[in-house]
Amino acid sequence: MEMNEVFLKLEGIKKSFGGVEALKGVDLEIKKGEIHCLAGENGCGKSTLIKVISGAHDATEGNIYIEGKKIEHLNPIDAIRLGIQVIYQDFAVFPNLTVAENIAMNRALMTGAKKMDWKKARELAVMAMEQIGAHMNPDILVERLSVANKQMVAICRAIINDAKLLILDEPTTALTAKEVDKLNIIIRRLKAKGIAIVIVNHKLDEIYGIADKLTILRNGENVANGGIEEFDRTRFIKDLTGRDIVETTYRPEKSTEEILRVERFTRNGAFEDVSFVLNKGDVLGITGLLGSGRSEIGDALFGLAPAESGKVFLNEKEISIKSIEDAMNHKIGYVPEDRLTQGLFLDRSIQDNTVAASISKYLIKGKLDHAKMYEVTKEWIKKIGCIAPSPNPDIRTLSGGNAQKMVIAKWLNTEPKLLVLNGPTVGVDVGSKSDIHMILHDLVKAGVGIIIISDDLSELIQNCNKIMIMKNGKASGMLEAATLNETELTHLLSGKKEDNNE
Amino acid sequence: MNNKIKNVLTSNEMIVAYIIIGLSILIGCVNSAFFGVSTLVSLSRSMLVMLIFAVCEMVVIISGGIDVSFPAVACISLYATIRFMLASGIDSPLFAFAMAAVIGISFGAFNAFLICKMKIPPLIATLGVSSVANGGTLAFLGTKEISNIPEHVDKLSQIFIFTYTNAGGIKYSLTVLFLIPVIVCIGAYIILKYTMLGRGIYAIGGDKNAARIAGFNVTKIQFIIYMTVGCFAGIGGMTYMILMRQASPQVLMGSEMMVIAAVVMGGARITGGHGSVFGTILGVGLITLVQNNLIMLGVPTHFQTLVVGLIIVIGISITSLRAKKIANSAKV
Repeated sequence: MEMNEVFLKLEGIKKSFGGVEALKGVDLEIKKGEIHCLAGENGCGKSTLIKVISGAHDATEGNIYIEGKKIEHLNPIDAIRLGIQVIYQDFAVFPNLTVAENIAMNRALMTGAKKMDWKKARELAVMAMEQIGAHMNPDILVERLSVANKQMVAICRAIINDAKLLILDEPTTALTAKEVDKLNIIIRRLKAKGIAIVIVNHKLDEIYGIADKLTILRNGENVANGGIEEFDRTRFIKDLTGRDIVETTYRPEKSTEEILRVERFTRNGAFEDVSFVLNKGDVLGITGLLGSGRSEIGDALFGLAPAESGKVFLNEKEISIKSIEDAMNHKIGYVPEDRLTQGLFLDRSIQDNTVAASISKYLIKGKLDHAKMYEVTKEWIKKIGCIAPSPNPDIRTLSGGNAQKMVIAKWLNTEPKLLVLNGPTVGVDVGSKSDIHMILHDLVKAGVGIIIISDDLSELIQNCNKIMIMKNGKASGMLEAATLNETELTHLLSGKKEDNNE
Repeated sequence: MNNKIKNVLTSNEMIVAYIIIGLSILIGCVNSAFFGVSTLVSLSRSMLVMLIFAVCEMVVIISGGIDVSFPAVACISLYATIRFMLASGIDSPLFAFAMAAVIGISFGAFNAFLICKMKIPPLIATLGVSSVANGGTLAFLGTKEISNIPEHVDKLSQIFIFTYTNAGGIKYSLTVLFLIPVIVCIGAYIILKYTMLGRGIYAIGGDKNAARIAGFNVTKIQFIIYMTVGCFAGIGGMTYMILMRQASPQVLMGSEMMVIAAVVMGGARITGGHGSVFGTILGVGLITLVQNNLIMLGVPTHFQTLVVGLIIVIGISITSLRAKKIANSAKV
């Protein structure tokens, strides 16, 4: 197979939905055996572009060429026949079916089979897994698999359908660093076979690790396109956001005024004997691997799953947190890990979401003061830099970054003394991420205690001055962020350094 | 391999089987007459109609839906058919089953239309159709019980596969109608396991959206499911009428909950995607066993409903605890 052959060429693709232009003339060229990253902030038109390529949307204007041939009208079945396969973020696998069946099913459907051939399904599955170097029991149900292995199933399914172009939509969101490495190995294998690969991603570090080429979309246009070596961090962020974002590092003024002190905090099976102090001006980062107890500390401080023993002092007064109500009475706010299921009422308006934690403030003589709630929400939208037309639309319509800003606004509206944020910028675009960090810095200046629980190490190093590492439910050290870099922190996290010392 | 055996031994089906065995031993200890061909024959006869319904309900539940309209559909099918046959003088078993099936299919199509096209949740849609069917029967066809079943149709209840005579000279006969659930079970097993349609039913129950992306025609499959269920509701209704030798417009109403309980106890998850014919047979077997034989254990009639209820609650708790355990178990 000729490697430098162009597989897919898009020329001046435009797509509008009811007068709104989602794509304003995108050009894209993807060669066989090329790993091409597509980056862009939420709402830049990435998903629309993928849907055009996969035939789910018809382009309003523009030309599509596949292997040099102009395609007049691309529908999803044609796209699959031509070898275009998309792996969506949720993988679209069937949890209740076996690995073999999941892998073989699409192909059986494509060939119009009426009978289910179990033997053939297993053979196909084993063959596909061999090709990418995955090892799974073909008879196990997919619901028993980890996220990374579910993704492998989706990749296997794509390649047995003779994929020539594989599009991966944000494939690393739910993967650990190790799993990302493994995925990259598989992607390189596919590349060696001459398969063109498009990866949608906006994490620069990961893009550097894998991509040959990079295309950046902004507001429906491609603003940058070139070999990965042409992009450095500053240019990437500038092209992505269209503005100069200075990555600041937070260094507080020293203070001895104590906001929070936790002593010998313990909940069986979650964390044990955890103690720390948060002074005024401090931003405390808590990190650790999944299951290390980092999230559970946040849950305990907010009374979601209260600690069984230990003491908590807020402004040097001992408090007891046995329920969420207790935590809220003591003016503790919590931005939970999963914004969609724990942080938001997706089908309610922005206004309802913003006042949700402080609704009692607007209850006047048994009646809710809607006018006031509207005004307050409007103010918060402005103050927190959320892009929303008014407080009325469902919060579901906001992008991840904007929705997260409103989750934070909800807690700020309760005038908290302590705000615990668990994964505050997961699934948030670079621009909003930097906005959220600025908001946090302002809050610290105003005297609010901030705890950030995260596995995004560069985020912690930039925004915290103290970092506590959790390991198997125990705090394994409190570090000054100023003395750390990301590599060191990674080693500490996985415990390599310590093992060496012993 | 060891793991495989362990998985089979602790599967939902086997748990129900253990309960059945345990209960049988208990009943057998109290009344040794329990162990014998006679029990098997009478159990088979009692399970007959419920099994037809349960297998159909299982298919609906696997697809992620639910159907509570089948008793009403069965009633209207049997009652309308018999009224029509009496009025027109037709006397043919084949016609009786065919007409009941056609009425059933049309109600099934109505269900599917509401669910697929009007996007009404299955529970609400079939609840509505249930009322329409039941109300329609009472309003337009009357409330009288009919016992003058056309001769040839009625005769069917007297044809037996085999007859067993016990030591005391009492005859136990297994009706030929028992072949209907046997065919339904075998058919359902083959379709679910070895056809793309069957796998599509599981796929829809697992993830409807993924099924659509994979290329299944979800609407078509749902229409097939609900229409088939309607068809067998009609046939099941007719079977029941022949067994009872009496047509009554409301007789099956209320049986849906017991059928759903049997299906769920047999390992089908109410959230869809899981279920097996074998499990459903065991589920129906257990409920029938309890309903029919508690009296042998000396449980007073009034307590029987309570005991049936308890067994359902316990059985379903085990099923759902297992599902939860799988969800929380370490991923590979």
